[in-house]
Amino acid sequence: MSALSEASEHLLGLHEPVMARGDGALAALRQTGRDHFAALGLPHPQLEEWRYTNLAPLAKERFTLPARRAVSRADLEAVACPVFACSLCVFIDGIYDPALSALGAGADLHVESLAALSASELAQSAAGLDTLVDGKLHPFAALNTALLEDAAIVRAPRGTRTAEPLHVVFVSTGAGEVRSPRLFIVAEDDSQVRVIQDHVSLGGESGLTNAVTEVRVGSNAEVDCITLQRDTADGFLVSNLAAQVERSGRFGSSVLTFGGRLVRNDLSVVLAGEGAEARMNGLFVGGGKRLIDNHTLVDHAVPHCTSHELYKGLLGGQSRGVFRGRVLVRPGAQKTWAEQSNPNLLLSRNAEIDTKPQLEIHADDVKCSHGSAIGQLHEEALFYLRSRAIDEHEARGLLTRGFAREVLDALPVEALREGLEATLEASLGEAAQDE
Amino acid sequence: MLEIKNLHARAGENEILKGIDLTIAGGEVHAIMGPNGSGKSTLSNVLAGRPTVEVTAGSVTYDGKNLLELEPEERAREGVFLAFQYPVEIPGVTNSYFLKASVNAVRRHRGEEELDAMDFLQLVREKMKAVEMDEKFLHRAINEGFSGGEKKRNEILQMALLEPRFAILDEADSGLDIDALRIVADGVNRLRGPDRGMLVITHYQRLLEYIVPDFVHVLAEGRIATSGGKELALELEERGYGWLETEPKGAAAG
Ligand SMILES: Nc1ncnc2c1ncn2[C@@H]1O[C@H](COP(=O)(O)OP(=O)(O)O)[C@@H](O)[C@H]1O
Ligand SMILES: [Mg+2]
Repeated sequence: MSALSEASEHLLGLHEPVMARGDGALAALRQTGRDHFAALGLPHPQLEEWRYTNLAPLAKERFTLPARRAVSRADLEAVACPVFACSLCVFIDGIYDPALSALGAGADLHVESLAALSASELAQSAAGLDTLVDGKLHPFAALNTALLEDAAIVRAPRGTRTAEPLHVVFVSTGAGEVRSPRLFIVAEDDSQVRVIQDHVSLGGESGLTNAVTEVRVGSNAEVDCITLQRDTADGFLVSNLAAQVERSGRFGSSVLTFGGRLVRNDLSVVLAGEGAEARMNGLFVGGGKRLIDNHTLVDHAVPHCTSHELYKGLLGGQSRGVFRGRVLVRPGAQKTWAEQSNPNLLLSRNAEIDTKPQLEIHADDVKCSHGSAIGQLHEEALFYLRSRAIDEHEARGLLTRGFAREVLDALPVEALREGLEATLEASLGEAAQDE
Repeated sequence: MLEIKNLHARAGENEILKGIDLTIAGGEVHAIMGPNGSGKSTLSNVLAGRPTVEVTAGSVTYDGKNLLELEPEERAREGVFLAFQYPVEIPGVTNSYFLKASVNAVRRHRGEEELDAMDFLQLVREKMKAVEMDEKFLHRAINEGFSGGEKKRNEILQMALLEPRFAILDEADSGLDIDALRIVADGVNRLRGPDRGMLVITHYQRLLEYIVPDFVHVLAEGRIATSGGKELALELEERGYGWLETEPKGAAAG
């Protein structure tokens, strides 16, 4: 048996103990995930989608289920700091922690823990869960479902606008464990909501964080979803984020990756109603021997939709980046406007990026553009700063930060632009190291 | 203050400066004129320390120090300033952050206390007023989307903030209307003083009506072809540069 299938078997074996923990209402869902994962197994590098990301290092690991440790508020604030002036919803190793959470009482936004729902509530509140990410295609999403114990269910009722963002913190606490964070956002027609999905670790530096997020954006609704991967250490981070946007809806995604030994993010957005709009931003910062892989897909299924995508990569040391941006314009999706750009900055000679746009355009009246660039620091700019007395080291830092800034400055939560300064600083520091 | 001897320099494949001799004493303003491609910007780049220009022979002494040994940032801290012919756009770095970092780097070097945000703001506001620059430019990225004139004013603002002892202005006047030209010239004239030296590079005599030089040199094909007083600029304006090639070279003054 190959290493990948042995590891798949091992992961599959974790499904039984999760089932034994109870939660009858979720059993059927988990069973589907299990079956899909059993059929797919861990993806092989011969698959086109996984060509640049070899899971051999992951296949060597024998992850265990989370042991569930207690986390104090002080511990939480140290890593999820700053905890913003917003509703707070905390999951420890994938399980909701009501004591640490602070959900605005009486607020319009409904936030629930999946595990706390009865079977009938489940059918209502969580209707549509596990329908946006296809477990038959995405083995990690299937694995998440197979091991699912809890999830954040967020619902913005029709016509509600929530001024304060919701901060969902997923904390990893144990080494070598597999976590299955899950987030489900439903924005009903004419509603508006901003969600920060914040992955942090407290002793959970190694292990596998395998997240799934599904977002339904109703007609004329607006959702911003900010994903922060700042488990700044040696874990495997996998995420599947899928959104579907109805007529005149707007979905904004920002995925910011600051850590992880091997990171693979799949983002897919379906523009399903006319006039729908997607804004997909990304920033990934890598140093050491990290591998950060972003696969995105925007599906223009109907006419008159717009997508803007900007992913910026900043790689130092011997790190490697992968960006694959698929834009699908379906037959008849006229007046599509799709823009994609992926500028990358390599800080060392040994850093690498594989970037590839993939435009599949089956309509003729469309405006599509894409561009990717791989550059070193701009020598002209460096000399300009140095000629103004700024030393070379600081000048390099300023230019590098300037490159990353664009994505931070575009974040729809203002407090985060400053709040992430320290996280960015730390990861840039690491990326600037030669080896 | 500055002594350039037999300076040869190369950029890319080409030898561009082919033996420049020039001495600038404190209090003097020297103008350099010359046709396009004669090496004016290369000379300013050598003095500011641009890494892509290689000095192949000769020396530059600044205040008794070997200028060519210093890194660009060390030169700036020692009071050398170059106003760029083509100021660089730097997205993502705000002008205010940059200007403060620059001012404080020089202050640290001089053993002065660094300015805090409040003091810096006060200083920069005052200097911006002098170059008639709107404060909104503080919050913009360095030179990004600035018009030609705005970029030049930003250069003069930096010069005013850093108060260099030796300033080089590389075509500070190009593309400026008469009002902007006056603002740039005023900025330079305010800085003139007995212990400051200046090298004003220009293509046109016009700027020299506002910044009256003590000496004018003509650079042609990497050498100083002729030197004289301020009246030389007028002569060049009337006769163009063509006659330089046929007449014998004048002695380098200074
Ligand atoms: N980096 C470079 N590589 C090759 N040639 C250069 C470089 N920089 C300048 N040159 C050449 O050197 C000559 C002088 O350029 P420059 O100093 O910019 O002239 P000026 O400022 O007088 O117009 C020109 O022929 C120009 O093409
Ligand atoms: Mg020039």
